[in-house]
Amino acid sequence: MADSLPTEFDVVIIGTGLPESILAAACSRSGQRVLHLDSRSYYGGNWASFSFSGLLSWLKEYQQNSDIADESTASWQGLIHETEEAITLRKKDETIQHIEVFCYASQDMDDNIEETDALQKNPSSVISSTTTKPLDSACLSEETHSLYATGHELPAKDTPKSDGEISLEVTDVEDTLAKEKYCGDKTCIHTVSDGDKDENKPIEEDNTDQPKRNKITYSQIVKKSRRFNIDLVSKLLYSQGLLIDLLIKSNVSRYAEFKNVTRILAFREGKVEQVPCSRADVFNSKELTMVEKRILMKFLTFCLDYEQHPDQYQAFVQCSFSEYLQTKKLTPNLQHFVLHSIAMTESSCSTIDGLKATKNFLRCLGRFGNTPFLFPLYGQGEIPQCFCRMCAVFGGIYCLRHKVQCLVVDKESGRCKAIIDHLGQRINAKYFIVEDSYLSEETCSNVQYKQISRAVLITDQSILKADSDQQISILVVPPPESGTCAVRVTELCSSTMTCMKDTYLVHLTCSSSKTAREDLESVVKKLFTPFTETEIDKEELTKPRLLWALYFNMRDSSGISRSSYNGLPSNVYVCSGPDCGLGNEHAVKQAETLFQEIFPSEEFCPPPPNPEDIIFDGDDKQPEAPGTNNIIMAKLDSSEGSKNLESPGKHLQN
Amino acid sequence: MHGRLKVKTSEEQAEAKRLEREQKLKLYQSATRTVFQKAGELDESVLELTSQILGANPDFATLWNCRREVLQQLEAQKSPEELAALVKTELGFLESCLRVNPKSYGTWHHRCWLLGRLPEPNWARELELCARFLEVDERNFHCWDYRRFVAAQAAVPPAEELAFTDSLITRNFSNYSSWHYRSCLLPQLHPQPDSGPQGRLPEDVLLKELELVQNAFFTDPNDQSAWFYHRWLLGRADPQDALRCLHVSRDEACLTVSLSRPVLVGSGTETLLLTVDKSPLAVEWRTPDGRTRPSHVWLCDLPAASLNDQLPQHTFRVIWTAGDAQKECVLLKGRQEGWCRDSATDEQLFRCELSVEKSTVLQSELESCKELQELEPENKWCLLTIILLMRALDPLLYEKETLQYFQTLKAVDPMRAAYLDDLRSKFLLENSVLKMEYAEVRVLHLGHKDLTVLCHLEQLLLVTHLDLSHNRLRALPPALAALRCLEVLQANDNAIESLDGVTSLPRLQELSLCNNRLWQPTLLQPLASCPRLALLHLQGNPLCQAVGTSEHLAELLPSVNSILT
Repeated sequence: MADSLPTEFDVVIIGTGLPESILAAACSRSGQRVLHLDSRSYYGGNWASFSFSGLLSWLKEYQQNSDIADESTASWQGLIHETEEAITLRKKDETIQHIEVFCYASQDMDDNIEETDALQKNPSSVISSTTTKPLDSACLSEETHSLYATGHELPAKDTPKSDGEISLEVTDVEDTLAKEKYCGDKTCIHTVSDGDKDENKPIEEDNTDQPKRNKITYSQIVKKSRRFNIDLVSKLLYSQGLLIDLLIKSNVSRYAEFKNVTRILAFREGKVEQVPCSRADVFNSKELTMVEKRILMKFLTFCLDYEQHPDQYQAFVQCSFSEYLQTKKLTPNLQHFVLHSIAMTESSCSTIDGLKATKNFLRCLGRFGNTPFLFPLYGQGEIPQCFCRMCAVFGGIYCLRHKVQCLVVDKESGRCKAIIDHLGQRINAKYFIVEDSYLSEETCSNVQYKQISRAVLITDQSILKADSDQQISILVVPPPESGTCAVRVTELCSSTMTCMKDTYLVHLTCSSSKTAREDLESVVKKLFTPFTETEIDKEELTKPRLLWALYFNMRDSSGISRSSYNGLPSNVYVCSGPDCGLGNEHAVKQAETLFQEIFPSEEFCPPPPNPEDIIFDGDDKQPEAPGTNNIIMAKLDSSEGSKNLESPGKHLQN
Repeated sequence: MHGRLKVKTSEEQAEAKRLEREQKLKLYQSATRTVFQKAGELDESVLELTSQILGANPDFATLWNCRREVLQQLEAQKSPEELAALVKTELGFLESCLRVNPKSYGTWHHRCWLLGRLPEPNWARELELCARFLEVDERNFHCWDYRRFVAAQAAVPPAEELAFTDSLITRNFSNYSSWHYRSCLLPQLHPQPDSGPQGRLPEDVLLKELELVQNAFFTDPNDQSAWFYHRWLLGRADPQDALRCLHVSRDEACLTVSLSRPVLVGSGTETLLLTVDKSPLAVEWRTPDGRTRPSHVWLCDLPAASLNDQLPQHTFRVIWTAGDAQKECVLLKGRQEGWCRDSATDEQLFRCELSVEKSTVLQSELESCKELQELEPENKWCLLTIILLMRALDPLLYEKETLQYFQTLKAVDPMRAAYLDDLRSKFLLENSVLKMEYAEVRVLHLGHKDLTVLCHLEQLLLVTHLDLSHNRLRALPPALAALRCLEVLQANDNAIESLDGVTSLPRLQELSLCNNRLWQPTLLQPLASCPRLALLHLQGNPLCQAVGTSEHLAELLPSVNSILT
């Protein structure tokens, strides 16, 4: 299939992370011929989401130290003309480091006792045992179907592969990953019944589990692997943020569905508590006194238009935000709420930045619900794919598992002319967009990367119990001493379609100072307790129990100036990987900036035209005729999700 | 260019839109015409036609009437099954209309009408419909109205409805309808024994509600809905009908009665019966100012026989039939007058703004409001509530503080300055009446109080001396005519332009109107009806400057001995 790829494009994009995918959609939408490649077998790069077994395979790939043999450079050397030179790309991704996996859930019914003991003594030894045999490819593909069986809740959810215009790259499928995530639509349809059967069994098992706190075993997690959609990056969408605006404006929102984050939490004096942040929250709060309610509302109302009242903060512009808050009569708990849970800033941040962050938070309230954030169902990894789909709808061509050997640069003009892929095909284009992790060590030798520390936990209870167990919460745990970073905790419930019933998926994120485990373990210990067999009946055990934990560091390539890269031709543009921030503003800004640099006169992701307004060749008079066109199809299958996004908001102030 | 879509230009789009609109209008108009031509033919085709139009514009009331007529007609003709199907479509259609305009009066009314006619209406479904519409717009009062109708028809327990209002207030407490519904449900849920005044709540319930509403106004003190509910919680039901005062004057051969609310005696049910020494006496009732309109004060002339000096005393009893109230007074031999009245001090007449709740509740409300006021010194709702609470607690004790709060309130809410001035005048007047009664005199000093309006004049039936000098009054209003005992009236240094109330005052002898805005002698015409007026001060009025004023006045008021200009 690959050798049938066209050889002429306007734009070649390497990497399917969020900024690249947005750019792909924007280019394709403005009429460019787009080729979008990824060397991996899945969409999203470091923005991807994985099922549980998918994540295990992903981990395995990073742990098997670069044994992929270097293909001989000779195969493509011959394709380079004399007037040209090659810039080689990186062969192996090196953005993920310090992976550590801990399994606390009992491994099996028979041998659980010994196993848990073994775990406690030497947790890191588990890695090998968790990522091995039981997951043979047959069982994985079965589970595939169950995922698609649930897909009906989300009409536009199916992956870009099912769209007619996307060319499907299914080469040597020895890796099960490709199959599980992107199987063709045919298989999906006729195996739905299998999926149903698959689902019924575990439910029966659930019912036979009598204890109040459901005991989830490791084998259950593996069995329900498909219920998990584990994000590599943990982000949320600000309701008035750039990404939401872009999703709505470009109509890409129709491909995704969202849930409102339900709670903003705070960790104070060793306790997790809910932060009242909207008017309704403040009104309903049982924790705040009347006077606190007034003081908090007054301060928040002021923050909404703080620019209009310079007299109230001018004297404090030199102070830190936390010092400023102390002057505002806010009680200590309110100060904590505003600083860590609403502004979500470090204590040292300036008054103006704190006010700005607070305003941004408040501005986002009430548009879709009582908190400022949305979370995409099935995980953040959906978002890049939605943009890819948009790109494909407008004619973009997609190839996964497609490596690029080198960029071909014309010596005279210094411009990049083509790429040479792993099959030795030379593909010409005018512009090239490359994700940072694809650039070789040589290109990046002067670049200073930051790191993100990440932890992914599967737990059995919420960190703050409430009437409903279906809560999506965000919590910022301030650093114990100043100088270190605050840790952001996002807890997802099963209705976000990212974890199985009776479990919670918890993401921890901070910018790294050490390895991920060293950075995050103390917070994990504060909030959770490891699962052990012996303690199961004790009632006083109130903290949620850890069933499984993963730590890793991810490279943060955001904020790197173009000039730090060595010898990049002027028509090669670099997109960064995920940043550490909570929102997606960096990715959207980067995509828009690059797009405008490349195509200064084109509009960035304009709304797609109404189907009635599209003129087809030869039938100007009857525009609504053929229903076979892709665009019309896409328009018609608009999802509930997009409707959701367009609903008008109620704001903090009536 | 490759892959680029050809899209209509905006002009083409506008043109297409215009054509589409024109087409729509044509269809709409022709359908409307057909319906009107069909007037009288009540068949299903009318249903079909009207549904096309109403589907686009549910606010076409005439067409809903058409539909009602047709449906009524069909009820008689159709079998029960057919009718059931018809009703089902009608309900579905109504719902689609509500989706077009969720605030369509006609549509909600039609639904009410339809549900009211059904033999077995499905109320559960209607409640669910209301819940759905209120989910979308929790302040849609049309839907609230309909919900109350449904809940009443379906006899939904008030507790359930209260829980529903709870849930909506939790979502957004800025909701008049929801608070109002609570004010209807709570008295139903907690009926008070006969002893307590109507519409009141037991203290524990009241305290819970007060906490809820305090949460609301501490969260957002600018939201009026919560303050209004607060006012309701602390307010009390209308006072019971009563005869406040009865006065008999031998000289004028006249009986005057003051009622607790304005009534129009002689009209319909409102009658006053008079018995003199236990035998009924037919009399003509009239108002003090001679105008036939609802009034607090009514009077009648007494025949000489009922006032003769042969008996040691005469007993007069007035029965107010509609108000189920009566009062008796005695005129002793040799006395010029006799009266009987309720004292304002005993009856807390002037505390009707807020309740007779235990003062502890009011006191604690006052504390919270003051706390809020410290945080929000410029919140007008808070300031006003403080003033009202202080009046309810002890109007005289808090008088000085109240006046300060009025000053602040006027500064922060200049748009309502006139209203506040009037309110302040009212409170000051009430306080003066209280002070007068404590002092047990018939002299009322209201000078130097910055009054802008005179009210409660019906309470001053017995006053003989009234000083209104140095205020901001612009008129002596008709109600002043109720002061039948008034002998001396001082109203110097005001801005008086009208003397309508100084009319037929039988005992008025001296009237001071210096430094006012009386600009022509004819304004003094009403004084001619005061038989005993002998001394009139008019210095410092514009009319004094005109030539011939004295002559004019002498002609106008021949019985007044001395007129000083």
